[in-house]
Parts: sequence; structure tokens; C-alpha cells
Amino acid sequence: MASTHAVPPRWRRGEGARALLWLAPWIVGVLVFFGYPLLATVYFSFYRYDLFTLEFVGLDNWRYAFADERVYQSARNTLWLVVFMVPAQLLFALGVAQLLTKIKSGAGVLRTIFYLPSLVPAVAGTVAFVYLLNPATGPVNQLLALVGITGPDWFGSAAWAKPSLTLLAVWGVGNTMMIFLAALLDVPRHLYEAAAIDGAGAWRQFRNVTLPTISPVLMFSAITGVIYAVQYFAQAMIASRVASGATDSAGSTFTPGYPDGSLLTLPQHLFHTGFRDWSMGLACVHALLLFAVSMVFTLILLRQFSRAEGES
Amino acid sequence: MTATVTAGSRPARTVPAVRRRRRGLMWIAQHAIAIALAIMFLGPIAFVALTALMTDEQALTSQLWPQTWNWANFEVVFARSDLLAWTFNTFVYASLSTLFMLVSSVPAAYALSRFRFRGRKLAFLVVISTMMLPPQVVAVPIYLIWARLDLTDSLWPLIIPMLFGDAFSIFLLRQFLITIPRDYTDAARVDGCSDTRILFTVILPMARPAIAAVALFSFFYCWNDYYGPLLYAGVDQEGWTLSLGLATFKALHSVQWNLTMAATLLVTAPVIIVFFFAQRVFIEGVTLTGVKG
Repeated sequence: MASTHAVPPRWRRGEGARALLWLAPWIVGVLVFFGYPLLATVYFSFYRYDLFTLEFVGLDNWRYAFADERVYQSARNTLWLVVFMVPAQLLFALGVAQLLTKIKSGAGVLRTIFYLPSLVPAVAGTVAFVYLLNPATGPVNQLLALVGITGPDWFGSAAWAKPSLTLLAVWGVGNTMMIFLAALLDVPRHLYEAAAIDGAGAWRQFRNVTLPTISPVLMFSAITGVIYAVQYFAQAMIASRVASGATDSAGSTFTPGYPDGSLLTLPQHLFHTGFRDWSMGLACVHALLLFAVSMVFTLILLRQFSRAEGES
Repeated sequence: MTATVTAGSRPARTVPAVRRRRRGLMWIAQHAIAIALAIMFLGPIAFVALTALMTDEQALTSQLWPQTWNWANFEVVFARSDLLAWTFNTFVYASLSTLFMLVSSVPAAYALSRFRFRGRKLAFLVVISTMMLPPQVVAVPIYLIWARLDLTDSLWPLIIPMLFGDAFSIFLLRQFLITIPRDYTDAARVDGCSDTRILFTVILPMARPAIAAVALFSFFYCWNDYYGPLLYAGVDQEGWTLSLGLATFKALHSVQWNLTMAATLLVTAPVIIVFFFAQRVFIEGVTLTGVKG
């Protein structure tokens, strides 16, 4: 699409300076809310700071963090979410989207129904699921009892807490599903027809035509899904709090991660260390660990985007 | 669609009976699965609504259907909590943030999509990086900035940064704006339009669906946000948002699930109502996020 003027037209002159003018507020924002804090986080990670006294402690915070069992526990929990929750969401979203492409009558209503839960506020959805899955009066275990199954303790047991959150995550997967649905409908019809003429069945059509065509969209959703799993906060925190019956709203006495630290994620550990225990230097170490993990996946995404930019 | 299939080589449509029956069974299976899934998706909302209408005594039992429809529960929720104040705070937070976001992000996306300059690609990569950065990574230094300005214990630390552009909105707007053909703006250039006039007379009218989508997303993000208010809103309940209030509702105001579920419904209802009025904007916006660069 490059214009083919031999001499650049008048309005091209000084374009860089004008662009800078339009970008100025954003550039200030990036420096103040991204650049500076990132450097300051590194700086504070070598200090003990509780909002009142600032004391240089060298590598103490780092040593403490690497000896902290809760750091490892939260890393394991995050890994669990990446390995189980994210794929569960993607597979489910893709399955439902594929199903919706086949359905002619009532597709609009079904689409709305599957999308709706993704709009429910995280807090409301989590509180609702803690109720639905509570073993005493919750409807899910009662319905399970009707067919002779003794339901688990869900949010009350360390083994079932993360699977319970996965159910919540799958319920709210409407966004991803809509993205997949749009991608599936965009696959050129003649590709399927060509494959059908070659004698490809439904499964081979899906593998050889659908998957390759929508793979950029799948990739994008997978990476963003992983990045959101890395910063998973609200649902885990609220599930712990409501299920444990913690009363303290400010949360100073509440130990996050109930039951048995099974729902503790690194962002929660950081939050409690920094803003409840006010060990801000130590929290900065957690922040840098979190940064390192998210950076790995961000770099993968950036490479994808640079490649796409190069093509267009 | 059928025209292109039947038009070529194939003679009259004579689908064998076996294949027709198989296709019929497929149709039934697909619809059955879809309807079953739809019921499972609506189930949580239905059970929440049923419980919200139970009496206090019944909510302690394991019955699933309300014996009497206790609509007064909603009044009790309003009476026992600061729900009105929370709604007001949430509304202020969401609408100011959205307004500020638009004022700052539209120009940035305009520059990234319409101007050619060195570092444009780098700027776009910075947008993606900031979008992907977990907000907790830079939380400590940013908190210290607001503490020094004495703005903690308010929602301003969440609203003011929106004046400096929101990465996700810039990303989304930019993705839309690059699809507007250059010819439109070039034509306006030839007519001697300034950058500002082109933005207002050419770009903005064409970008209306994208702007509506980011505005809605931003509003909903703030409406649903828990982490931000938890960090900044402080301990005074009067200054809380709906998310903060609901998160502690069960512990503070009621040991029974019925009132908590009524509160849950009240927090969710506005979102659902807005969705039904702006369904198309949502769907278009969501599909926009999935498009690759």
C-alpha cells in the first residue's frame, strides 16, 4: 500500500514530530507508570521499606524469597493453572464454537447464552460458585447426590479448589469462544469443499483445513490466556476468603490461599507481603519474579506480532 | 452458498437414504449437546436467583426451590449495606476512567496507525508489552507515588492514569484504524486538511464501532475490577466499589446465602442489562481482539 510519490508530498514533512505530539501523553504515561516503576522495583528489592524507614539490606530480600516455601507453592499453583486451566478453557471454547458453526436454528440465542457468563463480574461469579459448590447446601452436590455420587468438598479441599476455579473459568470463557467462532466462520468455504473432494472426513477436514487456518488466532488466545493465568488474582482471592469465612475486610489477619495455600498465586503473595505486611522491599522481589515469568510469554507474543507486521 | 455447490458438476440432488438418516442423527446430536450445554451455562444464574428469593430459614436448608418468593430480600440488602454508595463510587470510577481513556487513547492509536515515523514499530511493541504486564509487577512504586500525593484511600489512583493512555484500548483502536484505507486520509490531505481535522472528520466517524467497543470494555473492566479498588479504596466502606463490597458481603452482613445471592444478582444485573442493549457492539469488539496484527 506504499504510495509511489517520487517526491514525498507536503504533508509527509515533519510527520515524525507530529506523531510525537499525538503520542506525547501516552509516552509520559509509559515513562511514569511503566519505565520508572520497573527501575524503582529493582531498586527497592535491595531495601527494607515499610513506608516509614528505608534501609539497605543487600540481597537479604532475594535470599528470603528464594527460601520462602510460599513462593514455591504459588509458583506450583500458577503452573497448575497454566497446564490445566488454560487448555481446558481453550479446548472448551473451540469445541463450543465449532458446535455453533454447525447449528442453524437458534444459533443466535445459544451464542448469547454462552457469552453471557463472561460478563458476570469476577467477584459475583466467584461468590456464586462458592455457593453453588458448597458441600452443605449447594445445589451441585445435591444434584450429584440424586444420581448417587457423593460430591467432593470443592473449595473446601486443597485437592479440589483449583479444579473448582477451573469450572468457573470454563463457565466464563465466552470471550474466547466468540473470537474462535469468528475465526471459524472466516475459514474460506472452498477449502473445505476441496478437502471433501479429496475424500477427507470431518476429522481430517478439521485437522488439515480448520486448525492451520485459525492457528494464529489460537496462538494469540493461548498466550494471552497464559498471561492472564500468571496474574490470576481476584477469583482465587475471593474464593479463599468466602470459602474460609474470613471476616476481616482489610484482610490483615487473613492468610491467603485457603485451603492449605492451594489457591495462593504469586500476585496474591506479593499483595499480602507488600500491602498487608508492608514488607515492600520483599514484595518487589516477588514483583520481579512475576515480571520474569510474564516476560517469557510476552516475548513469544511480541515475536508473533513482529512477524505479522513484517508480512503486511 | 448452495448455488455454488449445486451449480457445477453435480446432477440432481439424490442424497442416499443412509446418508440422509446419518445427517439427521447428527443434527439431533448437535442440537442436543448444544441445548444441554446451554442449560448448564444458565444453571448457575438460575440457582443464584432461586436462592436469592428464599427466606432466611429456607436458605439454611438443602431445598432448591423457594417455598415463598421473598422479594423483600433485595430491600434487606439495600438496608444492610452501603450498596447505593458502592454503586455510585463504581459508576464514577468506571465512567471517568472511560472518558479519560478515550481522550488519551484515541490520539495515540491515531498516531500509531496513520503516521509513518521511525520507532513506530517499537512503540507498538511497547503497547503490547504494557498491555501484557501484570499490574502487580509495578504496584509498589506506583503505590508510593500516590501515597506521597496523599491520594491513597480514594479511587483517583485508578482514574488519573487513564489520562495517559490505556494499552489495551490503544491496541484495539490501532488494530481497527489500520484497516481504514490510506486513500481516505490521503484524499483529505490533498484538500488541505490538518491532522486534527482528519481525525475528527474522517477517522472518528469511521471508527465509531471500535470506539464504542473500547468504551464498553473499559467501562466493564472498571465496573468488575477488584484488584485496583482493593489496593486503593481503603478501609472506609463508604468509599468502596461494588466488587469490594460484594467480596466481603457474606462475612460482614449475613451468614445466610440468600442475601449474599441477592446482592450478587444486584451487582450483576446492570452489566447484563447494558449487554442486551449493546449486544452488537460487544460481539464486534470481541472479535476485533482476536484479529492478529
